[in-house]
Amino acid sequence: MKPLMLSGLEPLIVTEETNFINVGERTNVTGSLRFARLIKEEKYDEALEVALDQVRGGAQILDVNMDDGMLDGKAAMVKFLYLIASEPEIARIPIMIDSSKWDIIEAGLKCVQGKGVVNSISLKEGEKFFIDQAQKIKQYGAATVVMAFDEQGQADTYDRRIQICERAYRILVDQVIFPPQDIIFDPNIFPVATGITEHNNYAIDFFEATKWIKENLPGAKVSGGVSNVSFSFRGNNVVREAMHSSFLFHAINNGMDMGIVNAGLIEVYDLIPKDLLAYVEDVLLNRREDATERLVDFAESVTGKGKVKQVDNEWRKGNVEERLAHALIKGVIDHVEADTEEARLKYAKPLNVIEQPLMAGMNTVGDLFGSGKMFLPQVVKSARVMKKAVAYLLPYLEDEKSEIDSSKGKILMATVKGDVHDIGKNIVGVVLGCNNYDILDLGVMVPAQKILDEAVKNDVDIIGLSGLITPSLDEMVTVAEEMERKGMKIPLLIGGATTSRIHTSVKIASKYSGPTIHVLDASKSVAVASKLLGTDANDFSDRIRTEYEKLAKDHRGRQEAKTLITIGAARSNRMDIDWSDHETLKPSFVGIKSFVNFPLEEIREYIDWTPFFSTWMLKGKYPQIFENEKVGNEAKTLFDEANLMLDQIIANRSLQANAVIGFFEAQSVQDDVEINNEQVSIIHFLRQQGKKGNNIPNICLADYIAPKSSGITDYIGGFATTAGIGIERLIDEFEADHDDFKVIMIKAIADRLAEAFAELMHKKVRKEYWGYAPHEDFENAALIKEKYQGIRPAPGYPACPDHTEKKSLFELLQVEEKTGITLTESFAMYPASSVSGFYFSHPKARYFGLGKIGEDQIDDYTDRKGISKKEVERWLASVLGYK
Amino acid sequence: MIIQEAIKKRILILDGAMGTMIQQHDLQEEDFRNNDLKDHTISLKGNNDLLSLTRPDIIKLIHEAYLEVGADIIETNTFSSTTIAQADYGLQDWVYKINYESARIAREAADRFTSKNPNRPRFVAGSIGPTNTTASLSPDVNDPGYRAVTFDELKSAFREQVEALLDGGVDLILFETIIDTLNAKAALFAAEEVKFERNIQTPIMVSGTITDASGRTLSGQTTEAFLISISHCELFSVGLNCAFGAEMMRPFLKILSEKSDFMVSAHPNAGLPNEFGQYDETPEEMVDQIIPYLEDQMVNIIGGCCGTTPDHIQAIAELAKNYKPRQITYAH
Repeated sequence: MKPLMLSGLEPLIVTEETNFINVGERTNVTGSLRFARLIKEEKYDEALEVALDQVRGGAQILDVNMDDGMLDGKAAMVKFLYLIASEPEIARIPIMIDSSKWDIIEAGLKCVQGKGVVNSISLKEGEKFFIDQAQKIKQYGAATVVMAFDEQGQADTYDRRIQICERAYRILVDQVIFPPQDIIFDPNIFPVATGITEHNNYAIDFFEATKWIKENLPGAKVSGGVSNVSFSFRGNNVVREAMHSSFLFHAINNGMDMGIVNAGLIEVYDLIPKDLLAYVEDVLLNRREDATERLVDFAESVTGKGKVKQVDNEWRKGNVEERLAHALIKGVIDHVEADTEEARLKYAKPLNVIEQPLMAGMNTVGDLFGSGKMFLPQVVKSARVMKKAVAYLLPYLEDEKSEIDSSKGKILMATVKGDVHDIGKNIVGVVLGCNNYDILDLGVMVPAQKILDEAVKNDVDIIGLSGLITPSLDEMVTVAEEMERKGMKIPLLIGGATTSRIHTSVKIASKYSGPTIHVLDASKSVAVASKLLGTDANDFSDRIRTEYEKLAKDHRGRQEAKTLITIGAARSNRMDIDWSDHETLKPSFVGIKSFVNFPLEEIREYIDWTPFFSTWMLKGKYPQIFENEKVGNEAKTLFDEANLMLDQIIANRSLQANAVIGFFEAQSVQDDVEINNEQVSIIHFLRQQGKKGNNIPNICLADYIAPKSSGITDYIGGFATTAGIGIERLIDEFEADHDDFKVIMIKAIADRLAEAFAELMHKKVRKEYWGYAPHEDFENAALIKEKYQGIRPAPGYPACPDHTEKKSLFELLQVEEKTGITLTESFAMYPASSVSGFYFSHPKARYFGLGKIGEDQIDDYTDRKGISKKEVERWLASVLGYK
Repeated sequence: MIIQEAIKKRILILDGAMGTMIQQHDLQEEDFRNNDLKDHTISLKGNNDLLSLTRPDIIKLIHEAYLEVGADIIETNTFSSTTIAQADYGLQDWVYKINYESARIAREAADRFTSKNPNRPRFVAGSIGPTNTTASLSPDVNDPGYRAVTFDELKSAFREQVEALLDGGVDLILFETIIDTLNAKAALFAAEEVKFERNIQTPIMVSGTITDASGRTLSGQTTEAFLISISHCELFSVGLNCAFGAEMMRPFLKILSEKSDFMVSAHPNAGLPNEFGQYDETPEEMVDQIIPYLEDQMVNIIGGCCGTTPDHIQAIAELAKNYKPRQITYAH
């Protein structure tokens, strides 16, 4: 036979070995005048205290009864059970739904998530009702108390008790298929010592019926309302408690499993004074004709209140910080206003109370939750205490605010759609409000559209979004996208427990071009808001954006490293080019061609000025940068000076531009390109190894060259350009004059010229020397955006990060000999104002970043290159996707 | 062969995430609309269950992908298809159709695989999520006695869903991601009512969710209290899913495994979400954590929840082949 298994938030399993189960009785309007009054006056907070007292006093099941003619019993049952569900300390134990009305019982069954107990059903109204109700109880998933009551009335003798219980048991077990262990009989505890002789054996009949049930009805349990037995002694708690204790002693010995008692107020059997016990047991066990009279007489000599409830108020002795922390952690709301007031008087400002003791307490709650020592319904209680404390302080905060002058700005706050958490948002609102920002709080579950509409309507200066749960992250992205779509520019603040700087930078800031900032907590919100609305707002926003962009970039790197596929898998997912459909074009020559002292005036036309300005730490695109309010003038001045210097360089021929280009027959073999050349026979490339989405290949530059297996003869090109020949002399001159400005300027110009030369040569290659795009006609701006066919990736840059391959490129093109560019030990080019790279002509060729690669590819690459792995790892340190 | 026989022979494999697979398709608002919905005023993007009507091709592909790698049981694309959850999109009236069609798509896919190899029948479980409301918790911190939904409202919403899924041909009903046991009790009540009225014995699977490190459901119950609270029904299986990866789920699954009279299922997430709410545990990492489930014979049914893909399920299926299923031994 299975045990009786009940549950609240925690299990209660009643086995043969389980001690007597106390069912708390005080939350019963028929049994407690005080509780009845509290419910009638709708003082539910105090009514919950009654329940809590029962649990703390040792109740293992809580009996709840709302049967009172003056009450809407059903509504009161539902309300009270709902409230209990939000009190984890009470909800821990199973609920006994106690009513003589079926509709109240059924309403109660719909409110408890655990497996509770119905108290009670009986055969009073015949078998049909009994069976229907039992079936429903089974469907709702509860155990049930069955009263020894049938069509003839309540059983008041031993025989009637066992006859009714047996009949009910057989119906339940055989017809309803009710689990026998879920049947709890109440064989009726009636008052004794009433003066009526027929009542004298009531207790004994109960004991014996209990024994019979336990022996004859397998699985069934026995319970009863113990207080009834002492009904004659109302007002004399000492006697009543002695009677209860003694009654239970005997009933338990006969097999009683549980009883409805005033948990916490049962005298210990061994501590009952011996004389009192003797009088009481004479009555209970019907040992003397005059037992009742003797107990009544003796009772008059026994005064006193009985056992007094002990309240654990030890925590009230701590200091105000300790008390507030205790109240927050335990969710005790009783004293929070008084304690908050005390703290308000103690601290310099009301805001300090929130920022210090209250936030400290909530942080502890957060830690306990994080480590699994608190669970959600408890945290919700803490939140309620916090809210109450904050609400108490609010008028004082308002007062303080009005002492200062006008508003610093209007901030809209909202918890995003799908999320109801708002404590953090409210605290931020309060803190900002106290700092004289106007707060427009849209509340919780706010859809993106409403946030935008209200922001526009109220002309707010900042939007603050909050959220606690993971899906809120996506909703915040949606809001950012909508703000961007609407062309909004106002700052967007992101906060809440699941949000992070990294998520904000990668997912949100990338969607919105206005300032987007993650705010860690309320204490940071004021500083951020004041910077965003202050005079240096642009600087601040730019700095944050740069910082977030770096975070996002680092993140992408880490993500790639995390999801590497094998090099084999990556090769199977190569860029799929249909070579049968492609005509490779033979360049106008095969071999190399050099250009010495190329006209600088021609190169000048191809300069991309935007990087020039960033060399000077001026942010903005050429030519729009001249319109910029802050840097426009400075940019224009620099631009003019640069052109002046260029004019002089060209006039004096003080810099020399040289270049070499070359084309070679080539075929790819996996990730290498084999070249038909005497000096260099092979170029090694690397392949992307990050996990890609559907239909996205893992690219390697070799994919753009026809594979050897295709039998097609393809071509690869190479180039090196420099505009830095002669730069040392100019630098020496400027340095001699201590003209640092000109030193930087000449370097910046030479860099631009070298890049422009590369751009120019590439154009000539496309249109003329290779000639695959003879009719191409792009403006310089389009060239800068790289709209043309074919690419010119440089060794050491994202698509082919291995700098050592520059050595092969240089040998292939005889770069040193033809242009004067040399390679240093670390494969840097000298002069620095030089550019070199490969030419790929295939229309599908695109620039890409290699991303992180795995150790398997490094091993493979080491073999291909024939140098040590250690050396390979050193050169490729920045792309290693392993440690 | 019926599922009650199949499960005695081996560990059955449940499929993996639907949402994760849908996300790979980068769908736009128009993918969530068909002719009848073209003028619907509320944005429908993100209402994944609706895809069973608007992009059945995608749903079918996902089912097939899971069947292909060895899933014995596939779940219908109906996690949020109650009138309560669909009310967010103003689609209460579409609930029957979504459930019916979702069940039909899954049924066809499963039957195709069964007919290829009748010795290895595939089953369809009608997936029913918890709705986005809780019957035991107030959504308003200041008003703990308030409830956004009642037992009866939940019961009737679940009832509609169960009926539509059965009409569409599911073999089982799976109540999953249970965060509030009172919701689950309403769901079980509804299912039992329908089964009684139709005089059918459709097996019911129940899967709870332990939401945080305290080892409790969202509504505050311990694993064992949860088990006790739903054991009044004759269930096919009870288990855990979502919230945790396999490793963190293990101690709680162990409790079910030791105490349950029913079959035990588990479909954990692919780890915990990262800062972006995404799951990045690989199949290899996941199966490493599932090995103890199998060595200790803790499960009869195993699959994956958020973040799992056919790759994960394939790895799990390959692994589970080598182990015996859990034996039911009554603990007390």
